[in-house]
This record gives sequence, structure tokens and C-alpha cells, in this order.
Amino acid sequence: MLIQALKKLGQTLVVLMIVSIATFGLLKLAPGDPVQIMLGAEYSQETYESMTRELGLDQPFLVQYADWAMNFVQGDWGTSYIARTDIFTYGFKEALPVTLTLAFFSLSFAILIGVPLGVLSAVKKDTIFDAGSAVFALTGTAFPSFLLGILLIWFFGVKLQLFPVMGYVSPWEDLRLGIYHMILPGLTLSTYFIAMITRLTRATLIEVMDEPYIAAARARGEPGWRVIWVHGVRNIAMPLVTILGLQLGTLIQGTVLTETVFNLPGIGQMLTSAVLGREYQVVQAGVMMTAFLFIGVNLLVDLSYPILDPRLRDRK
Amino acid sequence: MTAKAAPAPATVPPAGPSGNGAARGKRSMFRRRPFFTVALIVSLAYILGAIFAPLVAPYDPVAQSIDAMMQPPTGAHPLGTDSYGQDILSRVIFGARYALIIGFCSVLIGAVGGLIIGLAAGLSGGWLEWALMRLIDSILALPSLILAVAFIAILGQGVDKVVIAVGLSMIGPFSRTVRADVMQVRVQGFVEAAHLMSIPYLQVVWRHVLPNVIFPLAVQVTIRISEAILVSSSLSFLGIGVTPPTPDWGLMIAEGRDFVSFAPWMAAMPGFALALLLIALSIVGDGIREEFDPKGRRGS
Repeated sequence: MLIQALKKLGQTLVVLMIVSIATFGLLKLAPGDPVQIMLGAEYSQETYESMTRELGLDQPFLVQYADWAMNFVQGDWGTSYIARTDIFTYGFKEALPVTLTLAFFSLSFAILIGVPLGVLSAVKKDTIFDAGSAVFALTGTAFPSFLLGILLIWFFGVKLQLFPVMGYVSPWEDLRLGIYHMILPGLTLSTYFIAMITRLTRATLIEVMDEPYIAAARARGEPGWRVIWVHGVRNIAMPLVTILGLQLGTLIQGTVLTETVFNLPGIGQMLTSAVLGREYQVVQAGVMMTAFLFIGVNLLVDLSYPILDPRLRDRK
Repeated sequence: MTAKAAPAPATVPPAGPSGNGAARGKRSMFRRRPFFTVALIVSLAYILGAIFAPLVAPYDPVAQSIDAMMQPPTGAHPLGTDSYGQDILSRVIFGARYALIIGFCSVLIGAVGGLIIGLAAGLSGGWLEWALMRLIDSILALPSLILAVAFIAILGQGVDKVVIAVGLSMIGPFSRTVRADVMQVRVQGFVEAAHLMSIPYLQVVWRHVLPNVIFPLAVQVTIRISEAILVSSSLSFLGIGVTPPTPDWGLMIAEGRDFVSFAPWMAAMPGFALALLLIALSIVGDGIREEFDPKGRRGS
């Protein structure tokens, strides 16, 4: 099993390298001469050449890549002229926490709402409630999140004036206000996952309830809620983690859109303004951070199976 | 410009000639799946509305009018007007054109690219297969929207650029499913028999492997059109896709977002057009997958 884990780790490293080469190479293809952009309209041939040397642009591609990768690992990601700071501070210390906070809140909402909904519709199988949650699960997965965000802003923010509709307050600094600001964005992003988890929980639980150990628990006279929540729901962990790993891309994609809807200064806003301002280094940083996040979490998902399911541990 | 009484795309009479023809051939499927049938009718209505947009739309979608700015839905403007006085209904109808064309074209790019890489990965062995697999893994390591954003950063904005960016970003998932199908087909008896009959390799691929891969790929294409439409309108919503004044739904929603407190219809109308189309397409896709793809495989 250790060998398998190491193999997986090796594969992951190769993928990371390909992604970083591709990101670096692709943005080299971008139109516009970086030297020209930095020097402005008027410059002499001499300053142009010295600038090219200074930036290392006269070196072969792989040398440039190696330079860039070394700087990237050391946290030297270049400077953003729009944000007026270095990209590491802008992207990693400021934008990434916002995105992660949003992702964390949405996932918590999704699990806290989705699992009980799924359990209820499994227990009340073939009733109106079950049909209703099936319709919700279907529309919830297909409904565009940014539209839902705008509708929530309109209803809860403008009509009812219950929640703030814009801006970000870090929950680490002011927990109550932070959570308050995260409710609408969190709900927007989590609807897709609530729908998915509801569907998953229902399907898994219906299957599990036929298992002999459930019948055994009932025969021992354990109360119904205990049979369901202790013996039944535990089985959801594995498929839940699998599907969350697979759907992580959807989550990251969703945070990008939700950030734009609610004006949250996360990776999504960073990427959009970088594309509009043609700041390729910032795009690079944003793409690299998402890729690392995605690859890292998927690795964790793969490695966590034996922890979640004792049955996988015993097998050699 | 006079206002003709025009039905919204969703209410165009459903029974198109092609719908009828298909219904007679496979009546049972439409009976068995009422949701699927309704969704199919809605999708067809969108397609018809998009094709005949100039005939159905009451106004020019980009005609601005200072007299009719941000009007709520009325008789003259059934879905209201936006901040430039453009008729939202006409823009929604023309928007269907852009959404469907961008969706179809980019899925085709993704499918063709995926077919090539997937075939290569599935048929080759050894280090080449390993390298191609890691390449596919790397493409899949980025969510399609992020990948599309990266391509847009290089290509710039515009309808054609969006098609290319979304298409390229969909190659990853397509190539993975194609590879999986190739792996299954190439160990089948008839492929082995063809090899034993010393039929040239390329001919075996062309005559025996490809047909078994194309059909599941076509099913995948129908499923992923809604994803392509969602990603492309997301790009426009972010303000980095199609440029104004193109009547694109994502763009209209983004414009409406700024006025949501006093003109909510500006974002809601194109939004519902998009949501309805996406829901209809995903039901149609699910139905087609369940009918024609016995493996019940789920793409990522």
C-alpha cells in the first residue's frame, strides 16, 4: 500500500510539472512583447537589449522555465502593476484565503443541508417530499450559480434586506461578521453541491438499509434514529469524499463566478482583472494556484480512502 | 420599428417536423420518459427560436433607444428594456443563437481533439501511452472554466475566441472517455481476428475500432453541450468572453447585476432563458445517456 501511495505521489509530481511547463509556455505565447510593455512608447535599442538581458528573455526556453520555477517555489512571483504589490502577497496571502474560505463555507453548507435532506428523502422514499427533493436535485445541478447569486442578492439583500450583498470580511478577524458576509455567497455556491449530496445520500442510504447489519441493529432493538444515523450514514463518507474530489473543479469554478457576483477579492476576481489588464504573470499565478489546489486535494482524497474505510486497510 | 406579437422561444409550437418523425419511430421512449420529452420539446423550441430569430424577435437586438431605458416588462416590451433601451426579449432570442452556436462549435472542437488524443493514448503502449495519459491528467487538473480563462488571456476576447477557448478546455474529459472506450474495444475478439487476418493496422482502426468509439462519443457530445454553454456564458458573465453589444446571455446577466436593486428583470430574464435551456439540455442528455449508453458511465 505504501508503494501504491508513493507511485501516486510520483504521478502527481509529473502532472504538476507538466501543468507548470504548460502554464509557463502558454503564456509565453501571449501577444505583446513584455519588454516593450515595460519600457513604454519611447526607448532606445540599447535599453531594449539591456532590459531583455535583465529579464533573461535572451535565454533558451528551458532555462527561462527553470528560472521561473525556482522563483515560483521561493515565493517570488513577480509584481502586479494593477494591484501595486508583489503577486505572492496579492495572490497567495490575500486572494487564496478568500477563495478557500468561500469553498469551506459552501462545502459545510452542502454537507450540513445535503446529508439530512438525503436521509429524509431516503427514509420517506416515494412520498411527495422525496419527489420534491428529486426535482430540487435535478434543477439544482443544472442551474447556473451566478444567476442564483443574483436572485439571492435581489431577494435577501434588496427585498428583505437581511444580509449584506457585497464585500468580504475575514472570519478570522471578525467571526460573526465574517460568517454573516459568507451566508449568501456560501448558499449560492453550495446549491449545486447540496443537490448532488442529497442525491448521493439518498441512493447510498437506500442501498445500505438492506444490509444485514442494519437488520441486526434493528433486531437488537436499537432506536430507529440510531440505526439510520450511526449505522447507515457512516457509509456515506466514502462516496462523498470520492465525489467531492471529482467535483472539486466545479467548486473552484463556482468560487470564481461567485466571487464576481458578490465582489469578493479572491482568485476569481484576481484572474478576471488580470485577463482584462493583460497581466500574464498574475494569470500564471492564478492558474498555478488552482492547479496545485486541485491536484493536492485529489491526492489527499486518494490517500484518505484507507483512513475512511477500515475494510481497505486490511487488504495488502 | 413596429412590435409584432411574437411568442417567446419557449412557447413556440412544439411539434417541429423532425420531432414528429423521430416520435413515430421511437414512440415508446417518449412515452416512458415524459420529462425527457418535455425537455426535448423545449430544446427544439430554443433551436427553432435561434434559427428564426430575425422573424420572431420584435426589435433589433442592438437598437438603442433613449426613450425606453430600463422599462419594466410592458406590452410593448414583454421582458422590459435594459440600460441602453434595448429590448430584452429580442436580445434573449438572439442570445439563443450565440449560446447554441458557441455550445455546438466548442463541443465539436473538444470532441475532435479528444478523439485524436484519446485514440492515440488508447492504441499506443509503453512510454507514449504513459506520456499521453499524464498529458490528459494535466489538462484535467484544471477546471474547464479556469482553462478557458487562461486561453482567453492569450487569445483575447470575441465570439470566435470563446469558441476556441471553451473547445480546447473540453479536450481533456473527451480524450479520457475516448481512451476508455478504445481500451475496451481493442481487446475484443473481432479486433484480434482482424489483426490475425493481417488486415493493415490503420484499416483495423478505421473499420473496427473507430465505429465503436464514435457512437459513445456522440452521446458524450449531447451531454456536454450544456456544459459548453455554461462555461461560455460564464466567461461572458466574468466580462472576459463575448464583447458588448453582442446579445449574449452571460453578458446581459452581468450588465443586469449592477442594476439588480431597481431593475431586476435585466438580469433575471436572460438568466431564466439560460437556466431553462441548461436544465432542458441536461435532462435530454441524461435521457440519451440512459437509453443509449448501457454502461451508465458518468463523465467527470
